[in-house]
Amino acid sequence: MRLGTLELDVDFEVAPGRIVGLLGPNGAGKTTLLRVLAGLIRPDEGRVVLDDVVLDDTSRGVHVPAEKRPVGVVFQHYVLFPHLSALENVAFGLRSRGVAKAEARRTAAEWLSRVGLEGFLSNKPKQLSGGQAQRVALARALATQPRLLLLDEPLAALDASTRLETRRELRRQLDAYDGVRLLVTHDPVEAIALAERLIVLEDGHVSQTGTPQEISEQPRSRYVADLVGVNLYRGWAEDDEVHVGTAGRLVAPGAGRGEVFAVVHPHAVALYRDPPAGTPRNVWQGTVEALDLEGERVRVRVNGPLPIVAEVTPGAVADLRLGDGGVIWASVKATEVVVYPV
Amino acid sequence: MTRRRERPPLLALAAGSLAALFFVLPLVGLLWHAPWSAALSDLGEPDVRKALRLSMEASLAAVAVCLLLGLPLAWVLARIDFPGRRLLRALTVLPMVLPPVVGGIALIHSFGRRGIVGQYLDRWFGIVFPFTTKGVILAEAFVAMPFLVVTAEAAFRSLDRSFEDAARTLGASRWTVFRRVTLPLAGPALGAGAVLCWARALGEFGATITFAGNFPGTTQTMPLAVYLSLESSHPETGIVLSLVLLVVSLAILVGLRDRWLGVS
Repeated sequence: MRLGTLELDVDFEVAPGRIVGLLGPNGAGKTTLLRVLAGLIRPDEGRVVLDDVVLDDTSRGVHVPAEKRPVGVVFQHYVLFPHLSALENVAFGLRSRGVAKAEARRTAAEWLSRVGLEGFLSNKPKQLSGGQAQRVALARALATQPRLLLLDEPLAALDASTRLETRRELRRQLDAYDGVRLLVTHDPVEAIALAERLIVLEDGHVSQTGTPQEISEQPRSRYVADLVGVNLYRGWAEDDEVHVGTAGRLVAPGAGRGEVFAVVHPHAVALYRDPPAGTPRNVWQGTVEALDLEGERVRVRVNGPLPIVAEVTPGAVADLRLGDGGVIWASVKATEVVVYPV
Repeated sequence: MTRRRERPPLLALAAGSLAALFFVLPLVGLLWHAPWSAALSDLGEPDVRKALRLSMEASLAAVAVCLLLGLPLAWVLARIDFPGRRLLRALTVLPMVLPPVVGGIALIHSFGRRGIVGQYLDRWFGIVFPFTTKGVILAEAFVAMPFLVVTAEAAFRSLDRSFEDAARTLGASRWTVFRRVTLPLAGPALGAGAVLCWARALGEFGATITFAGNFPGTTQTMPLAVYLSLESSHPETGIVLSLVLLVVSLAILVGLRDRWLGVS
């Protein structure tokens, strides 16, 4: 669909009762897509269908406004009404849909105790911590029992310590809910922890879909490869070899034939100061570009006919004096190269 | 090493002091000549009481009119982009810069007995504005409305739209969103605008005396009574009324001090 200057070329279906994560870098169009699904933006061109009900269809001029959609949204910064208490915030959706005040408040109180906030009913949003506000926002969206629950980076506004706890809690709540749940995030950890299926959105296009495991085992774009932390190449496979770019060459038995992706995990890359002579079939010369400390490992970026990132220990870095840069030899066993068709 | 404070230029200091005097002297003069001992009994005089009461009632009614008409207009100006919006906004600000007496004359020609609208109101409904309390309210509303519209538009503009988005996703109709989210959140700023509007209405003289005339009890508001007292045998009543108006103005300024500077 098109929205003004942003061209979103997306076409996906979400089966009922699933938790789907929409993952992508900033600017990919995730939040825009979420707003279209919520009915807050009207697409220039496109179609949105929920439970066999057409919510948007530009070819026929159909647009169901946001207030008439059975959609609930948890916004990134919660957007709790500052002039209403937690109870009234949660009751808002119910009262807007015609439920009597007393009953709405009762239902709201139930929801709040379901998220563990029974003692905070009369608190105003500014009297709530980040994690508590997030739970109120969730209860508020769920109270109207929407058929589609949209969550926009639900944990992004929390600090690291609260995030872990809240994520567990959120997963519990999401599991207990039976509508379609679509979660938008740029954080892969969040996506993997909360979603059963992932749709990766890049630059307005869906670059791949699958379970978190499928995606991390077979990334199909630089973005996903970087998220997973592996080396990804795209090239032409022929005769047990994959040709990458003009000078890159990876020996990989069983590579097949045709356009392929090739993945090499950084820990499968060995580095030497002198040209090695051994069983690895993939050996080439390069220069040390950069060193990045990640936990207890060091990631070494090597430039050359086939740029690659190797993962070594700090001890190895010291022994080989990698900090000085210079010429280095990299080797990868052919059996460590994973190849799959594009 | 200590920092030496730069001495402000003498010329600026002198001009600034003169300006301050310019503001302060008239007030001091008024307070100096105020008949403090007789003030309370003067306030009890029938004409004074009538002026006080009329001013209060008319100005509050004018604010009500301004709110009723001005809020929707402010909302439209803030939220809807339409051709001619700039022109409309300029028109709504016009009464702010127009000399009030000119405003009064304009009202005569529109709502007077032979005005373009007034003649029909008179003929069909028997509604007459000139020289009536209704006319006072109309004149005051005319000059005070821009204050409300300008502040209300700014208030609506500065609201975070995401609250309204959230309300819509929860199923609230446009009207419910306005009633339960937009208005309460804009409330304080709108309140300040209403108070400014009221202050302007209360102090209105030129349009009122031109359009509504100067009849005690029906159209003689406080400012008009003050003016009249200058030519009467009791100029002190003028001073007393002026003091009342001064106190009210000061109270408004103090109450709104933060908002006044931030709002327009």
